[in-house]
Amino acid sequence: MSVTTAKELKYEATEMRAAFCESMIELAEKNEDIVVLDADLMSAMGMKPFQSRFPDRTIDVGIQEANMVGVAAGLSAVGKIPYAHTFGTFMTRRAADQIFMSAAYAKANVKLIGSDPGVTASLNGGTHMPFEDMGIMRLYPTVTVLEPTDITLLKFLVKEISDIYGVFYMRLVRKLVTKVYEEGSTFEIGKANLLRDGGDATIISSGYCVAEALKAADALARENISVRVLDMFTWKPIDADAIKRAAADTGAIVTAENHNTIGGLGSAVAEVLVKTRPVPAEMIGSQDRFGQVGPTDFLAEEYGLTAPHIAEAVKKAVARKTQ
Amino acid sequence: MDKRTWCERKIFAKRIQKEIFRTIASLGVGHLGGALSLADLLSVLYSDGGALKHDPKNPRWKDRDWLICSKGHAGPALYATLALRGYFPLEELDTLNKPHTNLPSHCDRNLTPGIDMTTGSLGQGASTACGIALAHRMNGASNTIYLIIGDGEAQEGQVWEMALLAAQKKLDNLIAFIDYNHMQIDGTTDEINSLGDVAQKFREFGWFSVEADGHDPGALQAAIDLAKTVKEKPSMIVMKTVKGEGWSKSAGAVGSHSRNVSKEEMEEASAEIDIAIAKYREEAK
Repeated sequence: MSVTTAKELKYEATEMRAAFCESMIELAEKNEDIVVLDADLMSAMGMKPFQSRFPDRTIDVGIQEANMVGVAAGLSAVGKIPYAHTFGTFMTRRAADQIFMSAAYAKANVKLIGSDPGVTASLNGGTHMPFEDMGIMRLYPTVTVLEPTDITLLKFLVKEISDIYGVFYMRLVRKLVTKVYEEGSTFEIGKANLLRDGGDATIISSGYCVAEALKAADALARENISVRVLDMFTWKPIDADAIKRAAADTGAIVTAENHNTIGGLGSAVAEVLVKTRPVPAEMIGSQDRFGQVGPTDFLAEEYGLTAPHIAEAVKKAVARKTQ
Repeated sequence: MDKRTWCERKIFAKRIQKEIFRTIASLGVGHLGGALSLADLLSVLYSDGGALKHDPKNPRWKDRDWLICSKGHAGPALYATLALRGYFPLEELDTLNKPHTNLPSHCDRNLTPGIDMTTGSLGQGASTACGIALAHRMNGASNTIYLIIGDGEAQEGQVWEMALLAAQKKLDNLIAFIDYNHMQIDGTTDEINSLGDVAQKFREFGWFSVEADGHDPGALQAAIDLAKTVKEKPSMIVMKTVKGEGWSKSAGAVGSHSRNVSKEEMEEASAEIDIAIAKYREEAK
């Protein structure tokens, strides 16, 4: 595992969905057991090229998310490796019981993709804005819960989860994200990526908030506050060692997630801290609120996910060290 | 089906029912009614020379037919059948729902040899059966995928999601049965949320559908034979059954879904079943 971070924070040249489709085609070319399922969102997910290339390995079930997950579990029982996609809201809410029983409890080999995480649901608004998807998935034993940060990490994960038997939930931005990793970076599921090192506090971030965390760390450096930044792209099983080390080395933690802090990354990190090395911690994320309509930038500000909010939280956590 | 085979199927069904009573009486409580009503179907499928292609010595045999019992609470009926066919020792039936058992209330593909899919949360086995049928078609395999759903279970929307998709995908390797015994936990299906003409509903959804007396092995076998000739459509065999069939005190009785069965009751039921077996043996001559 060795990551190189992008020298400059700017958008990727292509959308995440295009990279996802390209990765799925590459994977399916090498592995004939790969099957793709969708619930009438193949166009929205940019998966039409996959469907054209592999019509017999594409199943668009129409608008029936619960049935889709059950069908995926059935395919898995015969040795297929199904990747099923719908919006994160519908994957984890409408198909919650099917993921639990037909997939996880039945020990199936099913890969679940939930798109439009948190504020990236944007103009689809509160009905379609999952601030709870990762939390719901985290409650199910054996399910691995992932959030790729950018295209380099996404490409690694798409391939990696095909090689590991079991149920995976991966939330995925469909559109442009900030490039964080240079090509050639290598990753390991369950291990946090160290993006910046520092001694005064640690920001443990994921997804949309990783780039914001890096901006916050750079701003804080100018104020002589030295911050470690971790990308915790695996929410479960979480990298407890990295959290424990961060607590020991820096004495203050801020979590930053595009999700409800209740049941989310904030909770997951706190669960480790209280059992290992309790230190002051602050949680950036949706504070138990529903989503709403708006451009992503507006929503990120509305829910306090941006660099200035993260930097403020770091100062608060650092101040609490001496209390 | 000739008379002798018919009687043999009835006798095997009665032996399944007897083992269902043994299984449930071992702990004194269980899902009795919906297990008993499946005995004739399971006999038609699993009898020596029955409709289902399987190998008790190799439960995961690639070329087998599959059976997904979506009404997972009928586990004891499948366990009795599988034990009688040698998938595991009959004595294991006495472990139902006891700690560390391989025979839980609801079917579990990872615990019990011969159980093809984990079920219990109703409606879900329907979708997994659809996925299993799709996978076999992708593989160009000729196996038949059998699915059993309950009538109360058909109140779940997921069953109808699957019904649409299986027809859309022309899954003629999927043969489903509905255990139309008209009873659910809180009363009759007609009182609570009626399914009406369920065969016609499946036809409207694009399936081939026939009704058959679920306690007549000849009728069930004929329906299966007919379903196997159908091309480009999944089949639904609507089995007219009596919940709790096999014992005078449970047949058609509200409350037979899950109930206590004492040792004395088991003996009483077994005596009734033995009389029936003797009758079929006589008829078979």
